[in-house]
Amino acid sequence: MNDEQLKTCRELAKKVRIHCLKMVHKGKSGHIGSMLSMADILPVLYTQILNTAPASPKKPDRDRFILSKGHGGAALLATLAELGFFPLSWLDEYYCDNGKLSGHISHHIPGVEFSTGSLGHGLPVACGMAMAAKQAGKKHRIFCLVSDGDLDEGSSWEAVMLAAQHHWDNLVMLVDYNRLQALGKSRDIIDLESLKEKLEIFNWAVREADGHDQNAIFEVLRDLPLCNGKPSAVIFHTVKGKGVSFMENNYKWHYGGLTDELLAKAIKEVEAAK
Amino acid sequence: MRKAFNKELLKIAKKDPRIFMILADIGYGEIEEFAETFPDRFINCGVAEQNMTGVACGVAMEGNIAVTYSIANFPTLRCLEQIRNDVCYHDANVKIVIIGGGMAYGELGISHHSTEDITIMRALPNMVVLAPCDKAETVALTDAMMAYDGPVYFRCGYKGEPDLHSGPVKVKIGGSLRLRDGKDATVFFAGTVGINARKAVEELAKEGIECRLVSLYSVKPVDKQAILRAAKETGGIVVLEEHNICGGVGSAVAEVLMDEGAGAVPFKRLAMPDVNATKVGCQAWMRDQYGLGVKDVIAAVREIVKNRRRSSK
Repeated sequence: MNDEQLKTCRELAKKVRIHCLKMVHKGKSGHIGSMLSMADILPVLYTQILNTAPASPKKPDRDRFILSKGHGGAALLATLAELGFFPLSWLDEYYCDNGKLSGHISHHIPGVEFSTGSLGHGLPVACGMAMAAKQAGKKHRIFCLVSDGDLDEGSSWEAVMLAAQHHWDNLVMLVDYNRLQALGKSRDIIDLESLKEKLEIFNWAVREADGHDQNAIFEVLRDLPLCNGKPSAVIFHTVKGKGVSFMENNYKWHYGGLTDELLAKAIKEVEAAK
Repeated sequence: MRKAFNKELLKIAKKDPRIFMILADIGYGEIEEFAETFPDRFINCGVAEQNMTGVACGVAMEGNIAVTYSIANFPTLRCLEQIRNDVCYHDANVKIVIIGGGMAYGELGISHHSTEDITIMRALPNMVVLAPCDKAETVALTDAMMAYDGPVYFRCGYKGEPDLHSGPVKVKIGGSLRLRDGKDATVFFAGTVGINARKAVEELAKEGIECRLVSLYSVKPVDKQAILRAAKETGGIVVLEEHNICGGVGSAVAEVLMDEGAGAVPFKRLAMPDVNATKVGCQAWMRDQYGLGVKDVIAAVREIVKNRRRSSK
């Protein structure tokens, strides 16, 4: 990315983080750690990689993006609102009575391709979209962002096997690999290691990158598929709660509890970041 | 019946390039022609019903019509959340077809009995629930299902079921078919167990009890007018279904009667008791064992007619 592009991505990431903090605080909801974890990936995806258009969110040749970790959906909503898919004012109605935006993402919101919330659903649907695109000879790509917890689900691995079997190289799985899940460290619950080798053995083309280095995110996604004839997986090494020191790597922030005082502290940290 | 379904689906798919078949390694002897004719619209996901349903939904989200197809509970209960969250919430054009509704695979045991499916499927918003009783209804309902834009659950039989209709029938989603008319009571049924209902009303006719016989092939939406007319015109209702008594076809009929102020009509549900079917036997034998036999229908109708005659004296 050039300096201008990088600046755009950084500023967007900062805005997304602040929106998420405010939304979660106002709605008294949870999952902020999961939102912050992918807050650097989404701006690069939406401004540099995906073929999308805020004015026509359903345009037929758009790249499809499914957020399988729907619990972190506020980060996607904030990204979409900042890019003009829907008014920023909607973010004030997150998790509220009669609000437009629910805690898990819904396809009723412009720009949201698919509703999720229960893990293990995104990748199978992405496979179906990949199959349909291949059958119709269409060139758009299907991206699916999954979490550690997503990869505990058997249905995710059913889809991993099927995608490789059918050589769906229009399918890209992005892993927000923060190594924390609801009740602790993934290593202590279901150790996914070595995820790269696992996916390679399953016949996926796999690369890894720092999920908070936006240049690295761009570089790894700029030439897809990673290998012709294979689905691509990019494992982004991330930090749950990234950008707020007291949230980082603390699975407590999978849940709620953002007080007025902590919100002010968190926003101050995000704003001060370079 | 499964042969009739597959033949009809193939016929429609030859005209409609949007139709995909998404399988989970079930369909031997039936699905091969579709697979060979439309290799790019066919996929076997392996023994993985959750993925099958998710893939079907993804295919449908791209403007296609996806058919999932498997035995008994495999494409429904195994992947219920995919049906609920993915297919129904998105109102995706996915058709979920089971082979072997009820206890068609009787001897195989409860893993292969589909006896809670109607309750569960009809509880899902956006889902249409169809249960044909014979080949004629299977063909007509396959056409109706594929022409309908949205999720449908299709409870097909297995093989060799007797015909209840003498020729082709016309159906519509939300409709029903009257096979016989009578003034003394109405016997409603859905699915292949209807053969017992027909035998019963034929026996009852010999003793002077004339029954209306109605196939409620569209369990959801259900034909309200047919139910209310039956209550008003025949004064007694029996519902026969090859399904657990909790929440199935009988419950659907009862809901209409109560909601519409017709709950006073003498009424009896004939369904499987709320137990796991541990006995081993073929479908016809199992039906008799679990209260769905010809004699059970006869007894239920006789009871209604007897009570009415007693109270009118």
